[in-house]
Amino acid sequence: MLSYILRRVAIAVPTLLLLVVISFLLMHAAPGGPFTSERPLPPAVLANIEAKYGLNNPIYVQIINYIGGIITHFDFGPSFKYKDQSVNDIIAHGFPVTLTYGFLSFLVAVIVGGALGIAAALKQNSWLDYFAVGVSIGAQVLPNFVMAPILVLVFTLWLGWLPGGGWNGGQWNYLILPIIALSTSYMASVARLTRSSMLEVLHTNFIRTAMAKGLPYRVIIFKHALKPALLPIMSYLGPAFVSMITGSVIIDLYFSTGGIGQFYVNSALNRDYAVMMGITILIGGLTILFNLIVDVLYAWIDPKIRY
Amino acid sequence: MMVDIQKIEQLATNRAAEEEVQGRSLFADARRRFLKNKAALISLILLFGVLLFSTFGHLIAPWSNEEIDWGILGRVAELGAPGIENGHYFGADQMGRDLFARVVQGTQISLMVGIVGALIAVLVGTLYGAIAGYAGGKLDNIMMRIVDILQSIPYMFVLILLLVVFGRSIFMLFVGIGLISWLDMSRIARGQTLSLKNKEFVEAAVATGVKPITIVLRHIVPNLLGIVVVYSTLLVPQMILTESFISFLGLGVQEPYTSWGALISEGAGTMQYGTLWQLAFPMFFFIITLFSFFFIGDGLRDALDPKDR
Repeated sequence: MLSYILRRVAIAVPTLLLLVVISFLLMHAAPGGPFTSERPLPPAVLANIEAKYGLNNPIYVQIINYIGGIITHFDFGPSFKYKDQSVNDIIAHGFPVTLTYGFLSFLVAVIVGGALGIAAALKQNSWLDYFAVGVSIGAQVLPNFVMAPILVLVFTLWLGWLPGGGWNGGQWNYLILPIIALSTSYMASVARLTRSSMLEVLHTNFIRTAMAKGLPYRVIIFKHALKPALLPIMSYLGPAFVSMITGSVIIDLYFSTGGIGQFYVNSALNRDYAVMMGITILIGGLTILFNLIVDVLYAWIDPKIRY
Repeated sequence: MMVDIQKIEQLATNRAAEEEVQGRSLFADARRRFLKNKAALISLILLFGVLLFSTFGHLIAPWSNEEIDWGILGRVAELGAPGIENGHYFGADQMGRDLFARVVQGTQISLMVGIVGALIAVLVGTLYGAIAGYAGGKLDNIMMRIVDILQSIPYMFVLILLLVVFGRSIFMLFVGIGLISWLDMSRIARGQTLSLKNKEFVEAAVATGVKPITIVLRHIVPNLLGIVVVYSTLLVPQMILTESFISFLGLGVQEPYTSWGALISEGAGTMQYGTLWQLAFPMFFFIITLFSFFFIGDGLRDALDPKDR
């Protein structure tokens, strides 16, 4: 087990390094430096500015300094566009927002999706089952950028029940639409996965034995069937988390929640490479960390996996 | 959004375990089963319709996608509604441009992105996976670790970085999507190759001294095609989704070109002014096409799986 964890970490670290190097090189390859503007600066001034940000060093020194800054004091460097803001400020400002509704959406997707899937499997071929299957097929083609406008149209413009954007300190009615928009397609995937794996487990021999023994239905489901049925869901959680973080960019932009995605798209449109890179690396790091956790948990829960 | 990789892999093993002796040919059988699948058949017809629409749509549109109808500009909500008499079959957008022509054009881009992405995946992914699987050992290990590493990078962000750095163009979009689309395909191809390479016909080829690269190209790759076709039908909608995502953010295709994502984004931005058709028509085509691809992919998978005959 320990050697497995070590091996997984040994893959995770170079992945993160690769991400840093790729984004750094891309940024370096961009035509026009970050301080190129309409009115060309005198060369001496430009040289001074570049010296201040360390841009006159050879590129490998810059990369090492950048990585060193992140490791030693979690410093992603200054924003090149907004002189009074560092990338850290932007992350500190936007990240809690994204994390709040991202985490809630994740919970909704897993709990509602899981419950729907289990219910559908237990009552196979009932109206509930058809409903669950229908929802999960439908939600496949309703990604967050399709869901968000539809939700706003219905609940804000037509019914006027919920605000169509803004954050307002995370008040509950501002949270509902972003969470629904972000979680729907993942909820559907979780429901479909749970349903098929639950059905598979219900047809195994050990469940039949439990039935034959006359165990109460409740005990069979919750004590015997649930754990093996939830295993495939575990392996879906890693990818789901990643694409939910990616999806949050859409939510931030559409609902103007002030989350990290809004900064990301703005910096992409303004060519503020430092911010883009900081956010990319932060999210990349989170992704890799989360995949690592899921893999280790999976190996720990499933005794069949031997490494 | 996810494609059921497990199911595909199961199909791979089932196909590999298939008996050499069979009465009816596999494809005749598969066709019969596919045609019996109502949802897949309807999807095929719908998809064909969308294809016709995108290829010949501009011929029946009285307006081009760039022309501005000055007569309705500023009063689009009242005068720009969908109708035959004003020549705007799908209505006009906020800038007085014909939505029908724009949807036709957006459909072309979106379908093209999907198909090109899937093609790259087929070419690169199949070869990569087949070579890794056939070579085995250290090379296989290294090649698959590379795929592992690339897969755990949040590609959407790298893609956006790429588009921002090298300028937003359709070409760059193709390159970026091509870079990531082949990863899953290479895994599937590798898995299938592993079971193929111990078959007698490969052994015979080795014994007669055929070069390894020729074995891969002439003997392994043709046998992978079934799975590759199924998986690429499921890849197309994923590529379309990726492109739409980026275009929705305003980071994808640039004016005057457009795509479903950009059109949906525009429609979503203007729906409070009462021009709902701007949201409805692009969304309709987007959903119809995605649905069709998913059902066709599912249908093909079921039809080609020799296990449920």
